[in-house]
Amino acid sequence: MELAAAILEATLRAATPLALAALGELVIERSGTINIGLEGSVLAGAFAGALVAQSLGAHAGLLGGAAGGVFFGVVFAVFAIGLRTDQVIAGTAVTLLAIGLTGSLARSLFGSEGLALTLPMLPATSLFGLDRMPIVGGVLFAQPYVLYVTLGLAIGFHVWMTRTHSGLSLRAVGESRQVALSAGIDADRIRWIAILVGTAMAGMSGAVLVVAQAGTFVEGMSAGRGFIAIAIVALGRWRPLPVLAAALLFGGASALQFAAQAVGWSLPYQALLAAPYIVALAVLVASARGGLPPAALGKHSHGE
Amino acid sequence: MAWRAYPAIQHVIAAGIVAGTTVAFLVVSGYDLSASLSALWRGAFGSIDAVLSSTLVRAIPLVMLGIGVAVAFRVGVFNVGGDGQFLVGAAAGTWIALLDLQIPAVLTVCLALCAGAFAGGLWGLLPAALRLRWGVFEVLSTLMLNFIAANFVSYLVRGPLQEPTGIYPQSPTVSTQLPVIIPGTRLHAGFIIALLCALTAWVWISFHASGFRTRLTGANPTAASSAGLINTGRLTLGVFIASAALCGAAGAIEVLGVTFALYENLSPGYGFTAVVVALLAGLHPLGVIVCAILLAALDAGAAAMQRDAGVPSVTAWIVQAFVVLAILATAALTRRQRLARFVSR
Amino acid sequence: MRRSTPTLELVAVSKRFGNLRALDDAHLLLRPGSVHALLGENGAGKTTLMRIAYGLLKADAGSVQLDGRSVDIASPAVAMRNGIAMVQQHFSLIPAMTAVENFALGKRGLFIQSREAKRLQEFATQLGLSFAPDARANTLTAAEQQQLEIAKALGRECSVLILDEPTAVLTPLHAASLLRWLREFADQGRSAVLITHKLRDAVAVADDITVLRHGRSVLTSRATDATESDLLGAMLGTRPTPAAPQRRAFAVTTIDVQPVASLASVTATDRREQLLEISLDVAPGEILGVAGLDGSGHRLLLRVLAGRRAATRGSVVLPTKIAFIPEDRQREALATDLPLRDNIALRGAGTRRGWMRWRYWSARTRKLLKEFDVRAGTPGAERGAEGDELFPANALSGGNQQKLVLARELSDQPELIVAENPTRGLDVQAAAGISTRLRAARDNGGAVVFYSSDIDELIAECDRVLVAYFGRVRLVEKSREAIGRALVGAA
Repeated sequence: MELAAAILEATLRAATPLALAALGELVIERSGTINIGLEGSVLAGAFAGALVAQSLGAHAGLLGGAAGGVFFGVVFAVFAIGLRTDQVIAGTAVTLLAIGLTGSLARSLFGSEGLALTLPMLPATSLFGLDRMPIVGGVLFAQPYVLYVTLGLAIGFHVWMTRTHSGLSLRAVGESRQVALSAGIDADRIRWIAILVGTAMAGMSGAVLVVAQAGTFVEGMSAGRGFIAIAIVALGRWRPLPVLAAALLFGGASALQFAAQAVGWSLPYQALLAAPYIVALAVLVASARGGLPPAALGKHSHGE
Repeated sequence: MAWRAYPAIQHVIAAGIVAGTTVAFLVVSGYDLSASLSALWRGAFGSIDAVLSSTLVRAIPLVMLGIGVAVAFRVGVFNVGGDGQFLVGAAAGTWIALLDLQIPAVLTVCLALCAGAFAGGLWGLLPAALRLRWGVFEVLSTLMLNFIAANFVSYLVRGPLQEPTGIYPQSPTVSTQLPVIIPGTRLHAGFIIALLCALTAWVWISFHASGFRTRLTGANPTAASSAGLINTGRLTLGVFIASAALCGAAGAIEVLGVTFALYENLSPGYGFTAVVVALLAGLHPLGVIVCAILLAALDAGAAAMQRDAGVPSVTAWIVQAFVVLAILATAALTRRQRLARFVSR
Repeated sequence: MRRSTPTLELVAVSKRFGNLRALDDAHLLLRPGSVHALLGENGAGKTTLMRIAYGLLKADAGSVQLDGRSVDIASPAVAMRNGIAMVQQHFSLIPAMTAVENFALGKRGLFIQSREAKRLQEFATQLGLSFAPDARANTLTAAEQQQLEIAKALGRECSVLILDEPTAVLTPLHAASLLRWLREFADQGRSAVLITHKLRDAVAVADDITVLRHGRSVLTSRATDATESDLLGAMLGTRPTPAAPQRRAFAVTTIDVQPVASLASVTATDRREQLLEISLDVAPGEILGVAGLDGSGHRLLLRVLAGRRAATRGSVVLPTKIAFIPEDRQREALATDLPLRDNIALRGAGTRRGWMRWRYWSARTRKLLKEFDVRAGTPGAERGAEGDELFPANALSGGNQQKLVLARELSDQPELIVAENPTRGLDVQAAAGISTRLRAARDNGGAVVFYSSDIDELIAECDRVLVAYFGRVRLVEKSREAIGRALVGAA
């Protein structure tokens, strides 16, 4: 049972930044933009978060992370929306830029051996005293508050997208720019806001990696989580609550690898790590057939 | 615009962007400009050894991957799976080389390269088929396959292909190797293969009927199908797979020519750099050679810059990023969405 | 309390799309409390004019005035703030969203499903319809979608309502009901613009009528003051007919010779149109005209005849060499970024084997440029000069691009030529040139299938005229009245 609790704990811990980044990308993709540069925002958020946390503490670090993510979100939006360039190429460039900038800044600020910082970390927050519940209490309800915030965001987005006009407008822009414009919706404004919000969340997720998990900043520490977030959005079929569940799935995969090592499972742990990508691939196929992605995804470039 | 009609000018501009960005970055970051630049030059072109063993050797995978990516772009496919295809190709090539077949080394090398191409092609077949059959966005599917390939190689080098002592996550050293073409350097025959691939790609796309069809499909798939009666689906599938095969062969070449073993981070982001190379070259195969060498020089020089002048080597990434952004901005501002058109569906 | 209905006036509005002059000094005056019918043939500029009023397009010249004051309607949002709403013909619903969601699009605040559903129901009942509010828009029939659109516009509390061909997809019963409702709408003090090409509808319900032709307002009057023949004359106008076409010796009504192409009970379908059991023969040496409104099936028919679309049932017999000149040449006929030489070599690229002999293609391109009088380089230069073949296709004007397409398609003496609005958007001279070429091709023994949205052109150029209507075709007498009636399915 202890093992189960440990796995659950690891799952939640790993899933939190993934879910946060994925929810951010969800908002962006629902507005019709595909942001491959999300990885850049996550990494930038980790770096900025580390920087801020160093002097102002862990909580401020989260905000710093958001700012870092938004910075690259703005760069991306300038090209993807302002200049109407191809979104994929622009996103790729943003990722490269982020990798390069954070790496070089990290070296010059933190020294060239990599960082052995110990940064202030987020404490576990007991949620309404529920952590006293036997077995799962300690795991589910004594996590850093970021987890609860992420949960709240998922629910909040679900409500927002289905029950408010601004959420409806967001979905409309993602489905058909023409129709949205005819209905009087300012499509570009919505896309800008979506990118700012989404990359802020991605940046925050990077900061979570630092202040709630590693306690330090390492070059390239996002390790592809931004891309994974994109897969999670597809796996979650572009809806907030399923995206949350998909993030848990990916989180579980990384938690299981430790369990497998401990138990001596014969299945190579890489298979477990790869499984979510395989599933994501399968879901991409299924959703393409069912027409589930926002219809105008990726199509807002060059005058369409 | 005139600069599109004369590739030579385009490449001069490309070199200019790279140089300009590097200098700008160094100045802005407050590094000692002359020390950094001289270190950069030394690392890339400063000596014959630098040129041959550093720059050109690094250029080899970039040329092949760059050709693969450029050819895919030409038909309208965004193949960002270069890294994954590279890895499975490297794995296949390693496997063949480790089989200890009792045949002349030359044949083993050929077989290994073919295996690499085959594996890469297979890795590209899935996203290509998904795109054809169900319209699955190839950017996402190839990215996923990159991760799956990385995990697969991780498994191989800690399991079936691990070196005998079991300590290091890498394969045993491969005894069959690509011959060095200039003695005393690390420049191996892969360089010739890469150049041949580039040359073939150029001749094919400029002068062969199927290459022409490729260009037409990339320029306007609707017209290609309606006016040219081209089977764009089949053509795209074929070119996608060929692109992936090239990337796979590149992986095998890297193992047999440089690393002599398979390990996890065999590709330090070659797939992405190849995209930059292809874009910078304007998707022209011969231009890819020049741009690959340029970016390889940047990479080699960056390592030296870090060693000698303390400039972090990730500078190379920043420069590449600015290059892409500059290209995008220029394309957008001159309303020539040609590059974007190559990747739209 | 709703604000009072303003007077909407469009003054001296002009608009070009590239080389195509869509609107040329057009006028429209909408009095409050009236229904104003905007009549005209396809391509006359009606939709373009009203799109400018709704903020979807920007006029090159002229102004939009409300109550005499010039207003800059920069976007639909601005239009709606001024009380103007528009129901468009296409692209106005989001297929994946439900009826209620589509209905409520564009507002602010909380989206309370039940409240919006009730509002939708109210408007729907006013129109005499009913909806399942939860139904996804892509499950509704075309008529229901149109109706939802209207409800959507009504839901905006507009005082000026613009309707673009609203009866196009309605059954006669529903259409009559809509027109009645429109009358009531105006009687309540609001105003409406009814864009239509149906004379009868306009006369039945409108207070005022404006007729557009080739982008100009050619007739404006009270409905009671104009006769049907006045209106028809204004819509169709008179066109300078080129020299009488040389006819072949044999009569084309009975086909004793082997047809160039034939369809037997052909059924076909694509995204927007369908063909239902079409049978027809195309005789050598004839120019067969095709007429039809949007969605009638003419697009699909032409493509089946050109071998670009397969039939799901029935048999299609086509010659080996077919020329296809589509309406949207930039999308379907040319790779605009590539050089002229490549665009010429595009024909037949699908089956070509081996190596491209570019010297041959360059020479051939130059020859064709000269022969078809295609201007590529600087004005005044000789046609087909050295180097002309390397210009990208987008360096050519619309007329020259069309000549290029014609040159390519006719270069190997095809047996069947399928042309879709080949003279659309071209000036008179270029258009005459195209028609001469087509006739010459016909004289050489080929056959031409010619679709045009301009009835005059059909009458002048073609030997026989087929009219498509909801997937079926009918041979009709070559007169404006007969063709006009057949276009709308009347006897």
